[in-house]
Amino acid sequence: MADDDIILSELSDDDLVLQMHDDLYDGLREEIEEGVGILLERGWSPYDVLTRALVAGMTIVGADFRDGILFVPEVLLAANAMKGGMAILKPLLIATGAPRMGKMVIGTVKGDIHDIGKNLVAMMMEGAGFEVVDLGINNAVEKYLDALEREGADILGMSALLTTTMPYMKVVIDTLKERGIRENYIVLVGGAPLNEEFGRAIGADAYCRDAAVAVETAKSFILRKHNALNA
Amino acid sequence: MTLSDAELSEAGLSPAHQGRVLLIACGALAREILALKAANGWDHLDLTCLPANLHLRPERITEAVSTAVAEHRADYDGVFVVYADCGTGGQLAARCAELGVEMVAGPHCYAFYEGNDVFAAKAEDEFRAFYLTDFLVRQFDAFVWRPMGLDRYPSLRDTYFGNYDRLIYQAQTDDPALDAAARDAAERLGLAYERRFTGYGELATTLARL
Repeated sequence: MADDDIILSELSDDDLVLQMHDDLYDGLREEIEEGVGILLERGWSPYDVLTRALVAGMTIVGADFRDGILFVPEVLLAANAMKGGMAILKPLLIATGAPRMGKMVIGTVKGDIHDIGKNLVAMMMEGAGFEVVDLGINNAVEKYLDALEREGADILGMSALLTTTMPYMKVVIDTLKERGIRENYIVLVGGAPLNEEFGRAIGADAYCRDAAVAVETAKSFILRKHNALNA
Repeated sequence: MTLSDAELSEAGLSPAHQGRVLLIACGALAREILALKAANGWDHLDLTCLPANLHLRPERITEAVSTAVAEHRADYDGVFVVYADCGTGGQLAARCAELGVEMVAGPHCYAFYEGNDVFAAKAEDEFRAFYLTDFLVRQFDAFVWRPMGLDRYPSLRDTYFGNYDRLIYQAQTDDPALDAAARDAAERLGLAYERRFTGYGELATTLARL
């Protein structure tokens, strides 16, 4: 049977989830939205739909991107499909009190308008249960600091695509230090020209090479923070 | 010498083994360097180019340059790397310093064509600009349109370019055909168009010192 003959509502739960993984991989937003709706109608919790259908599907996309099997355009289409599903789930996740991992303020640094990677990170962080406050592009230090304080955030995420703008991350971190609040936040940085050495040199907690790594790194730092608080 | 942009993109250029200083350059600069060499009689400079399409995977540039330096340096009195930082996040500069070879100053060719200081001074006003050079205008489909998947998924255009407001074509030469092609590229990307003649900028002054 050809893919376009598949009737999602006639699939078993397991087959539907697998089909949604395929549809995410192929960037089929309408099919993902339909699949999310079907699973919810069948009584799935929004959290289960999110994790088992969407996040699990995007994890496959992320792995194939990392391994050079998928490329940026295909990842963007997959992300767009996931976004469609997330838009349905987000209000339901809030209403049903799904587990929250922590809160992240994220933005592209001053002088930089590139937001593709940053948007992917924000979406995957939301998928992993983080609350994300996205400041968008071209953020000056005060905008980051205001948002961190206002939102009571746990994590600061900064992104840059340009060699000329990435040093601005250090300006933000140095300002956090000057104000004595650096240790209040987990600082994660990312962007194409960055590397681990740069992350260390500017005083970030970690450099994250892609969205999947950002999620895992954030989870591990949050866990450590909780363990330290409970010790 | 006949140069094919496709070859410069995919394979690069082998040295002619004439001249005592070897330039290890990005394929996107080959025509410009050879034009400068011819115009100034710089017979002491030989040229080899790495494939220009390394710019699609900038994390590979440092290793590729390093390998080329190792391969050729024994055959010349000196080697000079004709790359700027080019998205390597300082890694190329660090490697060149380790290897004891010099390279072009600046973040990328858009900056050194215009002049690094001038380019930096305009950054506040132009950070929403997308730049093309002569090479990139000729290779727009191979370096922008197809790698970004815009031939297959035109709906992604605004995902990539929604935050840009204009395309600035930095012209190294006066060529009405390239001007028209650059204008067409701007239209395809949904951006305003501006042509700015830069000539060879600091590429010329840098090579003149060698």
